[in-house]
Amino acid sequence: MEAKTLFDKIWDAHVVKKVEGGPNVLYIDRHLIHEVTSPVAFLGLKNRGLKVFRPDKTTATPDHNVPTQDQHLSIKDELSRNQVEKLKQNCAEHGIVYHDLQSEGHGIVHIIGPEMGLTQPGMTIVCGDSHTSTHGAFGAIAFGIGTSEVEMVFASQCIMQPKPKKMRITVNGELSKGVTAKDIALYIISKISTSGGTGHFIEYAGSAITGLSMEGRMTLCNLSIESGARGGMIAPDETTFAYVKGRQFAPKGEEWDNAVAKWKELKSDDGAVFDTEYVYDAADIEPMITYGTNPGMGVGVTQSIPTSEGMEGTDKTTYIKSLQYMGYHEGDSMKGKPVDYVFLGSCTNGRIEDFRAFAEFVKGKQKAPGVDAWLVPGSKRVESQIREEGLTEILEAAGFELRQPGCSACLAMNEDKIPEGKYAVSTTNRNFEGRQGPGSRTMLASPLTAAAAAVTGVVTDPREMM
Amino acid sequence: MAYDKFSVINTPAVPLPIENVDTDQIIPARFLKAVERKGFGDNLFRDWRYEKDGTPKADFPLNNPKYSGKILVGGKNFGSGSSREHAAWAIYDYGFRVVVSSFFADIFKGNALNNGLLPVVVTPEFLQKIFDAIEKDATTAFEVDLEKQTFTITATGESAEFEINPYKKHCLQNGLDDIDYLVAMKDEIAAFEG
Repeated sequence: MEAKTLFDKIWDAHVVKKVEGGPNVLYIDRHLIHEVTSPVAFLGLKNRGLKVFRPDKTTATPDHNVPTQDQHLSIKDELSRNQVEKLKQNCAEHGIVYHDLQSEGHGIVHIIGPEMGLTQPGMTIVCGDSHTSTHGAFGAIAFGIGTSEVEMVFASQCIMQPKPKKMRITVNGELSKGVTAKDIALYIISKISTSGGTGHFIEYAGSAITGLSMEGRMTLCNLSIESGARGGMIAPDETTFAYVKGRQFAPKGEEWDNAVAKWKELKSDDGAVFDTEYVYDAADIEPMITYGTNPGMGVGVTQSIPTSEGMEGTDKTTYIKSLQYMGYHEGDSMKGKPVDYVFLGSCTNGRIEDFRAFAEFVKGKQKAPGVDAWLVPGSKRVESQIREEGLTEILEAAGFELRQPGCSACLAMNEDKIPEGKYAVSTTNRNFEGRQGPGSRTMLASPLTAAAAAVTGVVTDPREMM
Repeated sequence: MAYDKFSVINTPAVPLPIENVDTDQIIPARFLKAVERKGFGDNLFRDWRYEKDGTPKADFPLNNPKYSGKILVGGKNFGSGSSREHAAWAIYDYGFRVVVSSFFADIFKGNALNNGLLPVVVTPEFLQKIFDAIEKDATTAFEVDLEKQTFTITATGESAEFEINPYKKHCLQNGLDDIDYLVAMKDEIAAFEG
């Protein structure tokens, strides 16, 4: 038999039909929806006189728009409120489970899926959000889709997709102290650029990857899209099974044993061929920080901003435009750059381990007086866990306070906007111009590097303080 | 979503010689709060196009009266970032029917094709020729022929072929979308579910 990749195995098992000269009709096991990319799809469905085909495979929560303070009150912004209410109405009309604000199941869609055990190895998972790639951490094919495709899944539980190419990124060795999954991701993107993964689905492999916790794996897979790839995945192993076991929607009893037996087959065969391969050494990776306006513009925190030497044409003008936006210069050292805001949260780094790492780092230290810090848990469960573990007291003693769950300042659709011209060290996924608010300047980094900036007020190598 | 059938476009083009034009620039997140698909063109490239007080920025190509037409020409890696289909809607709603680049982000490309907006991939060299032709004469016309899959610089007669999936081509030429196709397959899908 032909050697297959992990990706092939799952994809091929979900192809309902191959359209002549066209894409594959791919069956979807889980559809996650939120308030921003679903209303037009529901409207389209209504205009065609259709109902959601498989509401039981669909899960909804409002996350992009929601305030992170006073969630018990009505949402102040009229348009945001309307969008959230529309989602609630649409779900009621189509019989879709909806996790409302304040409810135990509420949170960022990519955080609650794994928490509830909705995300399982071998599945196909889609959502109208590019960071759906997060769920690939479980050995699932998970990717973001547009609103037309959301409507397709509503109407038929399928989408039409050409099969992507396959890429394997292997990271061998052991990560140094203070280096996290976020740093691996930013390192990879700095090497292959924000378009290096385009047309591909990535499988991450190697000892540095299998050594990651599930939460670290989710951070890494989450950022796959920032290299242009549709998604990233990691073969499921004992770490995966231990995480999934016992969760609300995980298989139980005999079904669990059968599922695990099947999941153990989910790995790339020896000799499986990838269209593109990269191999890196974990020892080369240090805590990373971005200096420009796309996630590929990152360096080790001890490094300087590269010069534009050797660039030409639109490459060069784009690079110069980017540094001008940031107010930085070629050759500047990143260490010591002033920081006005620190944001901990998002589907990239809003899970309990991220809060533990941040809290442990700031324990016994004090937030720098000039820094505004927004700490936004990824879900209601993360928020509860932070309290149960006593992290709130540690954070408060260090001068930090906790907000309520949501996407928040990652994309600044709610009130949490970084003001014009201000610098934010952010644990999120995109440092695009204006992403965190019009005129905002974002440096992407890990929760540890963010914590170090929060207590010093400047870009700092977290390893110096650990 | 219904859109106009696509055959041949022959118009001047608007140049945007910037790389990695991301979806947050095409349509910033704060404009994604609508529950209907209307008026996104007004906020296309909002923060590059307007000052904070709403005054148009004179140096942005969309505000330069010498540029016009249904073709937008961007630098490589156009449409990177979010999956928001609003980006394709905004470009279409503004009046563009074709986006040309040497490289598109995957999700954007799919979204464009699902909305009657044709993404045309040309080589970096040909892309530069297009930018040069516009710089020489902003009113110069380009012909996009979907049937022949060609993009032609009318002034010089230089032409490039572009690729498109035959199924998607058929959809664009006939104003069809995938949903009709999938809904017609429901029995097959139910059988697949077993």
